[in-house]
Amino acid sequence: MSLLTVSGSPHVHTQQSVKSIMYGVVIAMIPAIFVSVYFFGLHAARVMLISVLACLFFEWVIQKYLIKGPVTINDGSALVTGILLAFNVPSNLPAWIIVTGALVSIGIGKMSFGGLGKNPFNPALVGRVFLLISFPVQMTSWPLPKPLFGPGVTDAITGPTTLGIFKEGLDAGKTVQEIMASPSFPGYINDLMGAQSGSMGEISAIALLLGAVYMFSRKIITWHIPVSYIGTAVVFSGILWLIDPAHYIDPVMHLLAGGMILGVFFMATDMVSSPVSTKGQLVFGAGAGLLTILIRVWGAYPEGVSFAILIMNAFTPLINSAFKPKRFGEVVKNG
Amino acid sequence: MKTFKLGGVHPEENKISAGKAIEVLPLPEKVYIPVSQSLGAPSTVVVEKGAAIRVGQLIAKGESFISSNVHSSVSGKVTKIDDVIDASGYKRKAVFIDVEGDEWEEGIDRTRDIIREVTMDRDEIIKRINEKGVVGLGGATFPSHVKLMVPDGRKAEYLLINGVECEPYLTSDHRLMLERGEEMLIGVRILMKALGVDKAFIGIENNKPDAIRYLSGLSAGFKGIEIIPLKVKYPQGGEKQLIKAVVNREVPSGKLPIEVGCVVNNVGTALAVYEAVQKNKPLVDRIVTVTGKTVAKPCNLLVRIGTPVGLLIEHAGGLPENAGKVISGGPMMGKALTSLDAPVVKGTSGILIMDGVEAKRTAQQNCIRCGRCITVCPMGLEPYLLAQLSEHQLYERAEKEKIMDCIECGSCHFTCPAGRPLLDYLRLGKNKTGIIIRNRVKR
Repeated sequence: MSLLTVSGSPHVHTQQSVKSIMYGVVIAMIPAIFVSVYFFGLHAARVMLISVLACLFFEWVIQKYLIKGPVTINDGSALVTGILLAFNVPSNLPAWIIVTGALVSIGIGKMSFGGLGKNPFNPALVGRVFLLISFPVQMTSWPLPKPLFGPGVTDAITGPTTLGIFKEGLDAGKTVQEIMASPSFPGYINDLMGAQSGSMGEISAIALLLGAVYMFSRKIITWHIPVSYIGTAVVFSGILWLIDPAHYIDPVMHLLAGGMILGVFFMATDMVSSPVSTKGQLVFGAGAGLLTILIRVWGAYPEGVSFAILIMNAFTPLINSAFKPKRFGEVVKNG
Repeated sequence: MKTFKLGGVHPEENKISAGKAIEVLPLPEKVYIPVSQSLGAPSTVVVEKGAAIRVGQLIAKGESFISSNVHSSVSGKVTKIDDVIDASGYKRKAVFIDVEGDEWEEGIDRTRDIIREVTMDRDEIIKRINEKGVVGLGGATFPSHVKLMVPDGRKAEYLLINGVECEPYLTSDHRLMLERGEEMLIGVRILMKALGVDKAFIGIENNKPDAIRYLSGLSAGFKGIEIIPLKVKYPQGGEKQLIKAVVNREVPSGKLPIEVGCVVNNVGTALAVYEAVQKNKPLVDRIVTVTGKTVAKPCNLLVRIGTPVGLLIEHAGGLPENAGKVISGGPMMGKALTSLDAPVVKGTSGILIMDGVEAKRTAQQNCIRCGRCITVCPMGLEPYLLAQLSEHQLYERAEKEKIMDCIECGSCHFTCPAGRPLLDYLRLGKNKTGIIIRNRVKR
């Protein structure tokens, strides 16, 4: 007879693992991957491939030669970071800038803190914001969407994002209605489906929502952060819009344009950098929603999702210690 | 369907032996009866080496307030009083007996005739339960008579009977409810009388519809006893969770159920109480499930206390070739045995055999702060944080974060996607924090 194992209880374990969670997120990103390839062609595939390979490579190099520890590149987390980084940049970004972004994401954003689970900030967003600040021109020249096999403009033509159009127009003294009436404005349906300029992964709200539904069904994410994030953003922007619809964008457009849906479901919900308790997650989402609209309306950038999430990431430890779950038997009201 | 609100998980139920009627395990040749089989102070041995002994004879006497008597489960000769390694892996003092025949003490009614009328008064009942060594058979083995002595200033309103059996695999309580239902209900009536309550609830998880139906029918003849079906959710059978589910009261942190007017007993305890009070029978046997996916004949056995676990496994078809772990209890809270000679004790509800693959823990990774351990914790704790504090020996902070409230249900470790042994750290932390608290109280 072989030796028996002796270990503490419990002796059974759930099927879910870090790997299954990470690959679940990858599966959830597939619709958005298809949409980005559909509208930006092989350029999109190129950016994603470079970003993913660079992220995996840097994680491998750092783990093997700098840390000299176990290599965990097959746990799916570097793959998720790679795809998310690609989702957050324009499809015409030069390869060397993508690789730089991957190095910052993995090297500084993740490995310098001790790897998966230890990073205070979402690694893909660290890389993205680094690139945005370092290479503002390349990072904000957005190719116009051109459906595969369809008629359209040539690859080389770029244009502003939906939020960029608003920012420019409002700064020039136009009203929201005038801006939305201009022929180059994409409109609600195009913004929903993805036919707008922007970062590769953020353009199609519908594809991202499809992925979100998958993540909910697999219990990879919970409703707390998305609902409080979107709820706060809609209420805040809604109040502004009700006060002055000529100068403030309506809440639906806020949701469909820019990176809100991508940020809400795929980056704010990053487990590592968001609070652990459900109460804390509600606070986190509300803060990110508030900051996103603040930056979009009054900030220097047309878009505020990345900054909002990173700022709230910084608050996560504080939120964790301030918002504890309700303890059993703590508040006693028996009846 | 009623259940507790906070946390909980749903492991695979695997109630393989649910359909197997209780069999009487043939008498063993030797038994090792640990002399301390309950929470509290150790009991004092009152027999000597070489003594001839009969079934039901007192062999160790509980002399403190929280301690309990232990009786011989067999007749024969005491060969020695020595240490035995029990299910917890520790050495415990035990009385070793070579079995000869099956001679019972005078005055024990061994028939299955059901005695329905309860003639004893409150004090007599409590005295008898104490005398006969009845302890909580749900696993915690708290001396039953102590639970029945309600402290001054407190009043028992409800008796809760735990027929939940939320541990996967285990079916001993299920079979007991089906086969010994009426005797168990008389036991409940005795407990109600001892506590002076007129309402008792028997909580049963909804995966035992036959037991719910059967007992609901029977309980029509028992005034004040109500059967409460409960949603299948682990740890529904935790004392505090059961109270929350059935009467919607929360036992305050660090307090006992009596604080909210409740006393909780297991269905097995109710049966033992019936046997002690109505049949004058000490607690010398209990029902044990022997099960596992690879076990040839999963079964429910009536076993004499002190029988080596190995004999139960033999009866169930022997230890499977690929056995990787033998657990005393269920997969969520049971203890992995270090030896198959470990004796069955009053708290042994089942023997679970896992194969080599199941027995292995998953590899451990960094905590990804997903918060699932918090979501599933039935006590509203933050297991990831408590494990960290315990790892870094920050016990004072762990105490503030309520580490002592942990009921060790294992839901956190069960659910952790990074495979972190959270409960290992929490147990360690509880142990160390408990020492600090006790030293503070002493000073």
